[in-house]
Amino acid sequence: MYQIVRKEVFSPTIKLMDIKAPDVARKVQAGQFIILRIDEHGERIPLTVADFDREKGIITIIFQEVGYSTIALGKLEAGQYLLDFVGPLGEATQVENFGKVVCVGGGVGIAPVYPIARALKEAGNEVISIIGARTKELLFWEEEMKAISDRLFVATDDGSYGRKGFVTDILKEVIAEGNVARVWGIGPVVMMRAVSEVTRPSGIKTIVSMNPIMVDGTGMCGACRISVGNETKFACVDGPEFDGHLVDWDLALRRSIMYKDEEKRAMAKGQCGGGCGCH
Amino acid sequence: MGAAQSIKEYNNLPAICGRVCPQENQCEKYCVIGKKGDPVAIGRLERFAADYAMEHDSSKPERVPSNGKKVAVVGAGPAGLTCAGDLRKMGYDVTVFEALHVPGGVLMYGIPEFRLPKAVVQKEIDTLRDLGVEIKVNSVIGKIDNVNELLEQGYDAVFIGTGAGLPYFLNIPGENYNGVYSANEFLTRVNLMKGYLFPEYATPVKVGRRVAVCGAGNVAMDAARTALRLGAEEVYIVYRRSQAEIPARHEELEHALEEGVQLKLLTSPVEVLGDENGWVRGIKCLRYELGEPDESGRRRPIPIEGSEFVMEVDTVVMAIGQGPNPLVPSTTKGLETTKWGNIVADEETGQTSLEGVFAGGDIVTGAATVILAMGAGKKAAQAIDAYLKRKQNN
Ligand SMILES: Cc1cc2nc3c(=O)[nH]c(=O)nc-3n(C[C@H](O)[C@H](O)[C@H](O)COP(=O)(O)OP(=O)(O)OC[C@H]3O[C@@H](n4cnc5c(N)ncnc54)[C@H](O)[C@@H]3O)c2cc1C
Ligand code: FES
Repeated sequence: MYQIVRKEVFSPTIKLMDIKAPDVARKVQAGQFIILRIDEHGERIPLTVADFDREKGIITIIFQEVGYSTIALGKLEAGQYLLDFVGPLGEATQVENFGKVVCVGGGVGIAPVYPIARALKEAGNEVISIIGARTKELLFWEEEMKAISDRLFVATDDGSYGRKGFVTDILKEVIAEGNVARVWGIGPVVMMRAVSEVTRPSGIKTIVSMNPIMVDGTGMCGACRISVGNETKFACVDGPEFDGHLVDWDLALRRSIMYKDEEKRAMAKGQCGGGCGCH
Repeated sequence: MGAAQSIKEYNNLPAICGRVCPQENQCEKYCVIGKKGDPVAIGRLERFAADYAMEHDSSKPERVPSNGKKVAVVGAGPAGLTCAGDLRKMGYDVTVFEALHVPGGVLMYGIPEFRLPKAVVQKEIDTLRDLGVEIKVNSVIGKIDNVNELLEQGYDAVFIGTGAGLPYFLNIPGENYNGVYSANEFLTRVNLMKGYLFPEYATPVKVGRRVAVCGAGNVAMDAARTALRLGAEEVYIVYRRSQAEIPARHEELEHALEEGVQLKLLTSPVEVLGDENGWVRGIKCLRYELGEPDESGRRRPIPIEGSEFVMEVDTVVMAIGQGPNPLVPSTTKGLETTKWGNIVADEETGQTSLEGVFAGGDIVTGAATVILAMGAGKKAAQAIDAYLKRKQNN
């Protein structure tokens, strides 16, 4: 059992949890993910690590409530336990001194971008970060990102905070300044695709973190297949980071909605709010 | 009860063996009574004795005191669990590291409930725990510690039994359409995650009306029978040789046919076809004929030119085999592997190229059987005991 030692509510649908998982915290690196299971009936939920404290043995996760399982997760409080928590999974981010790098986090993707930007900063890079969300309420960790970036830009789609517009609008301007060696773009599939399209003409290497449907997360099932440079890859072991210019985005989008109908059924079942004893 | 006791002296998991072992090729093949008629149904007797003991025997096995030596076992499949049980009975402190959230390996995630009730596996695992075996789930070796680090941290020996968990695909166009599963994914969703109880259990599994299972081994039979149970109307086994070459156990094939699984023999898919939403709508297949025998002694299937046709299906399960998962071999310094990625280990002892590191089961042999994996675990336990005694005397 893995204890939730702290919970922070960023908005009604975006939440942070610190989980006590010393084995994972000992080895985890930026870019890796964990899989958790709430209880005996739960599915295995993959989440990219947002932060870690090796000494205290803590892994921080941030999630958006988008479906049955993440809503159930969001209902748990500090002091309660998760049944399963396994990691670190996947390959770590390749961190070197590249020179000038841009880290783009969209929506809940701000969370996984944070440890990557921090590691890049520690490795001596000039780190320019761009974070964005649909609206102000869905933004978080602005101060944290500012502290580890040379420059930070903030955008909201509706203009309720920071610049009005998309993270990609700002990315274009930063690239126009010149000398960008590498870009990380993490967030929803459509956002990562947009980031990759912005950098494609200039050929600036762009790393994205894929989050397909997964089951085991150890290379055992192939549920997480994506196509990169016309080759099938298992995102959980070959990734989760890939070259955004080589990813088959149409396929990734199609595969991500494979269980749309089932998700609706599960949600319908959960509508009584749980705790009613009916399931 | 006495029968169960005698079996347990040499077999740690009798209730499992009685259910899934190919006795027709093992004990029953050599049965003297079989020369004049049907052999003694050793498998069924074993199963009965073990089940009877499970129901009626509530006594816990005696815990052997620790001899102060520590052994790490990587992977809680039949190979690892057997090795762990035997070593614990000899007095070693054994810790089993398992990547998934439950121990059991293929017994839990692969073989379906209708063939091997998970409660049976659970009972056998509880017995190991009663013996004092420590099982740490959610522990992926190579990601937390690697094998070299386990040795540095004070384990006197390591046994690797990580199985053949890496699913193969055919590498044909269209294989990533929605509705194409590896057998591992399909069976894991159903067995390990209890997808057949969705939405009570949160992991969904989707099976359409017409299902093609590619391959004809035991795994394919399990996938086909599972698809029928999930409500598929038509389930086909698509296999490029003829019925005589089907690699599944005869008993498994018979069950599948009885239940209504249909055979599409001398047929192999060349492309998966999808609809405009990215879902499978069929597979394009070629017909085959049998030519001369190949190295395996089976007649080589030869495609018939121009024989292409389309089978309309909405779900495809690839059950064409599994390879070794590279996670442990690729993170262990000095561990020799074959060109297919299997760990090189001595057949009699499980000794690998690394001192103090032993391996057995599917990770060494490639996908094989429960009894072979258990045998390898047993031999390795003996060898580890001999190795550690030798080391102490030197
Ligand atoms: C669907 C199916 C049906 C089958 N039916 C039969 C049958 O009827 N009869 C029969 O005799 N055989 C059958 N087999 C084959 C049999 O199950 C295997 O040969 C046997 O389970 C191999 O045992 P093992 O211990 O080597 O590996 P596995 O059972 O594969 O166990 C390996 C374990 O190691 C874990 N692991 C892997 N990597 C790591 C890591 N890095 N760290 C920690 N843990 C790790 C895995 O999660 C797994 O739990 C079947 C196989 C399948 C897939
Ligand atoms: S999630 Fe199963 S192989 Fe990647």
